[in-house]
Amino acid sequence: MTARNIIVGLACIAIIVLAAMAWIVLGPGPMAFAPGSTVAIASAGSDPSGVPKELAGGDVIKRGEYLAHAADCLACHTGKDAQAYAGGFAFNLPMIGTIYSTNITPDKETGIGNYTDAQFLAAVHRGKRQDGQNLYPAMPYASYTYMTDADALAIKAYLFTLPAVHAPARANRLNFPFNQRALLTAWNMFFSPDTRFAVNAAQSPEWNRGAYLSEALGHCGECHTPRNLMYALDNRQKFAGALTAGWRAYNISADAKAGLGAWSDASLTSYLATGHAEGHGGAAGPMGEASDNSLTYLTAGDIHAMVVYLRSVPAAASNLPHVITVPAPASFREGVTAGLDKRGEKLFAGACASCHDWTGKGQLTTFATLTGARSVNDPSAVNVAQTVMNGIDRKTAAGNVFMPSFGNAYTNAEIAQLANYVTARFGPEGAHLTEKGVQSLRDQAAQR
Amino acid sequence: MVTLQINGQSQTIDATPDTPLLWALRDFLGLTGTKFGCGIAQCGACTVHMDGKAVRSCLLTIGSVGNRAITTIEAVGNTPNGAKVQKAWLDIEVVQCGYCQSGQIMSATALLNKTPHPQDADIDAAMAGNLCRCGTYTRIRQAIKNAAKA
Amino acid sequence: MIQNISTRRTFLKGSAAATATLSGGLMIGFAIPAGAQQTPKPTPYVLKPNAFIHIDADGKVAFQIPQEEMGQGVYTSLSQLLADELDVAFDQVTPLPAPPDDMIYGSPQRHRQSTGGSTSIRNFYTALRQVGASGRAMMVEAAARQWGVKPETLRTENGMVIDDAHGGRKLSYGALAPAAAKLDAPQNPTLKTDAQLKYIGKPMHRLDSPSKVNGSAQYGIDVRMDGLKVATLAASPVVGGKVDHVDDSKLKAMPGVQLVVLDDIVAVVATNFWAAKKGLDVVKITWDGGPNGHLDSKTLMAELRATAAKKGVTAAESGDADKALGKPGGPTRLDATYQVPFLAHAPMEPQNFTVHVKKDGTCEMWGGSQVQTTAWRAAATVLNIPPEKVTFHNFMLGGGFGRRLDVDMVVKATRIAQKVDGPVKVIWTREEDMQQDMYRPAYRNVMAATLTKDGMIDGWMHRIAGASVSARMSGKPPKDGLDKGSVDAATDNYYNAPNFRVEYIQAEPRAVNVGFWRGVAPNNTIFAIESLMDELAKKAGRDPVAFRLAHLDKTPRLKNALQIAARNAKWGEKMGPRIGKGVCAQWAFGTYIATICEAEVDTNGEVHVRKVHSVIDAGRIVNPDTLMAQVQGGITFGLTAALWGNITVEKGRVQQANFNNYRLMRINEAPDIQVEIVKSTEAPGGIGEPGCTAGPPSLVNAIAAATGVRLRELPIDRALLAGKSSV
Repeated sequence: MTARNIIVGLACIAIIVLAAMAWIVLGPGPMAFAPGSTVAIASAGSDPSGVPKELAGGDVIKRGEYLAHAADCLACHTGKDAQAYAGGFAFNLPMIGTIYSTNITPDKETGIGNYTDAQFLAAVHRGKRQDGQNLYPAMPYASYTYMTDADALAIKAYLFTLPAVHAPARANRLNFPFNQRALLTAWNMFFSPDTRFAVNAAQSPEWNRGAYLSEALGHCGECHTPRNLMYALDNRQKFAGALTAGWRAYNISADAKAGLGAWSDASLTSYLATGHAEGHGGAAGPMGEASDNSLTYLTAGDIHAMVVYLRSVPAAASNLPHVITVPAPASFREGVTAGLDKRGEKLFAGACASCHDWTGKGQLTTFATLTGARSVNDPSAVNVAQTVMNGIDRKTAAGNVFMPSFGNAYTNAEIAQLANYVTARFGPEGAHLTEKGVQSLRDQAAQR
Repeated sequence: MVTLQINGQSQTIDATPDTPLLWALRDFLGLTGTKFGCGIAQCGACTVHMDGKAVRSCLLTIGSVGNRAITTIEAVGNTPNGAKVQKAWLDIEVVQCGYCQSGQIMSATALLNKTPHPQDADIDAAMAGNLCRCGTYTRIRQAIKNAAKA
Repeated sequence: MIQNISTRRTFLKGSAAATATLSGGLMIGFAIPAGAQQTPKPTPYVLKPNAFIHIDADGKVAFQIPQEEMGQGVYTSLSQLLADELDVAFDQVTPLPAPPDDMIYGSPQRHRQSTGGSTSIRNFYTALRQVGASGRAMMVEAAARQWGVKPETLRTENGMVIDDAHGGRKLSYGALAPAAAKLDAPQNPTLKTDAQLKYIGKPMHRLDSPSKVNGSAQYGIDVRMDGLKVATLAASPVVGGKVDHVDDSKLKAMPGVQLVVLDDIVAVVATNFWAAKKGLDVVKITWDGGPNGHLDSKTLMAELRATAAKKGVTAAESGDADKALGKPGGPTRLDATYQVPFLAHAPMEPQNFTVHVKKDGTCEMWGGSQVQTTAWRAAATVLNIPPEKVTFHNFMLGGGFGRRLDVDMVVKATRIAQKVDGPVKVIWTREEDMQQDMYRPAYRNVMAATLTKDGMIDGWMHRIAGASVSARMSGKPPKDGLDKGSVDAATDNYYNAPNFRVEYIQAEPRAVNVGFWRGVAPNNTIFAIESLMDELAKKAGRDPVAFRLAHLDKTPRLKNALQIAARNAKWGEKMGPRIGKGVCAQWAFGTYIATICEAEVDTNGEVHVRKVHSVIDAGRIVNPDTLMAQVQGGITFGLTAALWGNITVEKGRVQQANFNNYRLMRINEAPDIQVEIVKSTEAPGGIGEPGCTAGPPSLVNAIAAATGVRLRELPIDRALLAGKSSV
């Protein structure tokens, strides 16, 4: 091979790599899908930020509380059995390691008690700690960056009214090179937009409010949008669903099969407002937390705005079969049971049928209805397995939604058998989870 | 105030709608044959019939029952299958401490209502939600088969 | 004999009014001095038929049953003893719970009311027959006096005294009772011959079953009365912990509830359980765990291991075990260590007690207890009043299994009741029941044995390390460091090892309260012995059954039972892949039982118990059907523990809470259990525990046969079995 060929070859490779990088780096922003040009809030006719008008007269702390709920700071900044906002929640990233959230109570030593307004904004908008070090993007500053200064500072004002908890941050456990915070400077160059929300004048005020709630505050995409090789959100597949922390965040694009396309506005409203929609199942795991800590605090108007916005996100197909909307037969002998592992059926008979029934229609409460739920219609059975292991314990306005957790007394093999049985019986296609697959799901969701 | 149809009678209960049927039966109506075992629908001690089907009353709120007919252990003997099951239980002495047996009998009766001649697999599917700490399972299985033949 | 039976008969149906008159009617029997807290010295047993037998004018019979009915059938079996000798029709009998009274209703041997350790029949077999016979003699004597004839000329039949010499004239017991009750009770009555027995040894139908299949049976949790309040509680999740802070701001919004905060307990009192539970759910409690607040199972088990490595005190010794054992690593020597975890009782009826602390300085209490007098005194002690000011209405138990040998539920209810105006029923949630148990201790067995050239056991050493339940209950360390209750069955040397030593070393777990649990010490010792016997058989190259039989010449009843069991279970037949049979032969609680368990281990390591055969020689039997039921239930209880039972601790807190994480065997996991009884005229043995202790070793030995994997720790670890097969 001549030197020239080598150079040409290397150049070709370099071009391909650069093109791939450019493809990744130059990906669209989260709201780029919507037609229309944007203007800064200050120059726009309406302001989609802040609190809904019902609360607009309240003091900054009340407003901050609403916004903190809308931004769901609590879920990630509270560890297992720990005090609220004191940090310690574990993000387990396969291959990368574990990152722990930090204390955002106003404790001066271990919390954010010494943060100035500018320092707080730097953290929320740009992922910079008080000491100038980079935060890991587990902190969704690439989304929060769209928040207005006023809203971010209202949240700060609210956080500063919380009891100060002395809780030093737990040391992250990260593999090289991910333990090098300096590398994030490069990441931020490409993936941290550091820009505030801009109003899309071509869209309705509801749409803009919904966008602000969903992107700047609720950061839906952080779980529901797949990530690229560089761990940034891939908005070319916006809201197409992703596996996050061992749970499946479902497709919430307009896709009719796998997304929200087939959902009525009423169902979507109900799901966002209560964490449950008849015929679609209920929220569990991280979405259950998002529901309880965040969405259920939003006003009806804000929920409506989110529905308008979510409806506008174009369909992004995901490889999911259709949803089964009819109940399974009343007898265990009938239905998709032929050739199935009898051990799954045995476990279902003992621990599950009392509430879920052989039909999948909740016997005691519609919250227990499996028919139509995405979890049982997902042939990976990820959320079925996680829900079986972790249970559900949600306090909602409609009452407590409770399912016991079975992960501590049932083996991985049993969880797999059960999840495979449940998806086969109530969904379009039985899963093929294995003992190892269940262990991996345990590891990803583990709080330790 | 919630009105329920219990053992053929209309009963008005001065309890909040979120009250589980179990506690409405026990604490408000004095029907203590229905037992509290776990409170999470894992043991079956609280089993009653709702329109003839076995349900766990510990997680069934009275607000969600509506007009559906509730039958408890105190009245299940008035039904042909309930009486058969009770007799079969006595004939081969299924009972030990007896605490779970109200629920076992309710589940077994519901099974016979649906499946008059149950095989072992039917018994497994219908009865696996009812725990017995005394370990009367061998006899429960036999008694159900005897009741089906009676 | 006392009349007024018709009201008493309603007791099983649960009339609170009837219970109220119960102890009043029996006050003539109360002879306990107020301060009698300790167990009285053994004295000759005095037969007091009046305290046990009540007959009304219609001939209805009620028996005060001294032992607690918790499913094991004592209401029926003890009634059989009384009814047979008294000679009354069994269908006229109603059993009633005896009130607390150690001198009258305590065991003849120890004068203490306690239902545990499989002792009811063993302790009362002769005594209650004598009581019945004495009562019968009183009836005959009363009739003889009325008729002016000699009592020897009269006979009895089904509640009638008959005078054959005078045309068969009859007097009913009901008519004779008032006069008979005034007579002195004969102390040496003649008992029936075996041939004369009508009920003893027969499968009489249980007297408590009808009420238990129609929902009318009353347990402590079913108590109802006017003005009754219901409470539920949260006690410190850490042993020795205290309430640090209570935030009841949300509770204040709920009408009609009362918050009770004690040192280590928070309770909410309401008019019904659901309101109390909802109330407690919104109370935010911060606990100060104290010194135990950081302990976890890893530490506790490491401490047990460290203690077990030390030499213990000798509990039994014969020959020269040290010499026979030689050094570790010897060619015929086998060293093995077996360990069992903490276990919860998990009776189906969660703990509860109803207590009314009255303004006049008295107290009334309702609930079920395995130790009636201890429970009664416990309430008095809390209230600092003499026990005779406390009236205790005892109830049948929705499961005991040793849990209700403790009285902490009485103490907690009484403490809460002190803060409540009127009667209060304190019901524990299942979670509270599971996490505030008195757990079966974790034990570690350090064992060594050697074989002779002929493959027979030569040396045998068994060291048991674990907590002393008696020490925890009494607050006193075991005498000379030896807790006899922890070495039961291990010291009996029923395989007749010539050089034999058993040691005990006390190992008290911090942060875990221990209690008696079905099978008591043998649920550990038999597991260890029978596991080691299988391992020794393998070392000797012998079949496990044949190896045991070779060592049982001096324990012929066990040998016989084992031979029958092997035959029934088709021991030695060819089995499919990953299927095995395991054996357990044991002598404990005065009973011989041989058990063969058949189990299949799937490729994931999951264990399916297919079938169990048990052969039991329990001497004279009162009710063979009850005996079979007890063995079936006991085996299920033991298998459940072996398959899943494991209580663990983190930050001083028990991790298991309900049946989702403390698994009980379900009907679709339960094997068919066949029981055969060996006919015997030997003294009766216990039947409540033996099945339970037979379950785990027979299963673990079956798993070894199926997989080649020897499990030395319980519960079974599926990970060790996955993919394993012995063929």
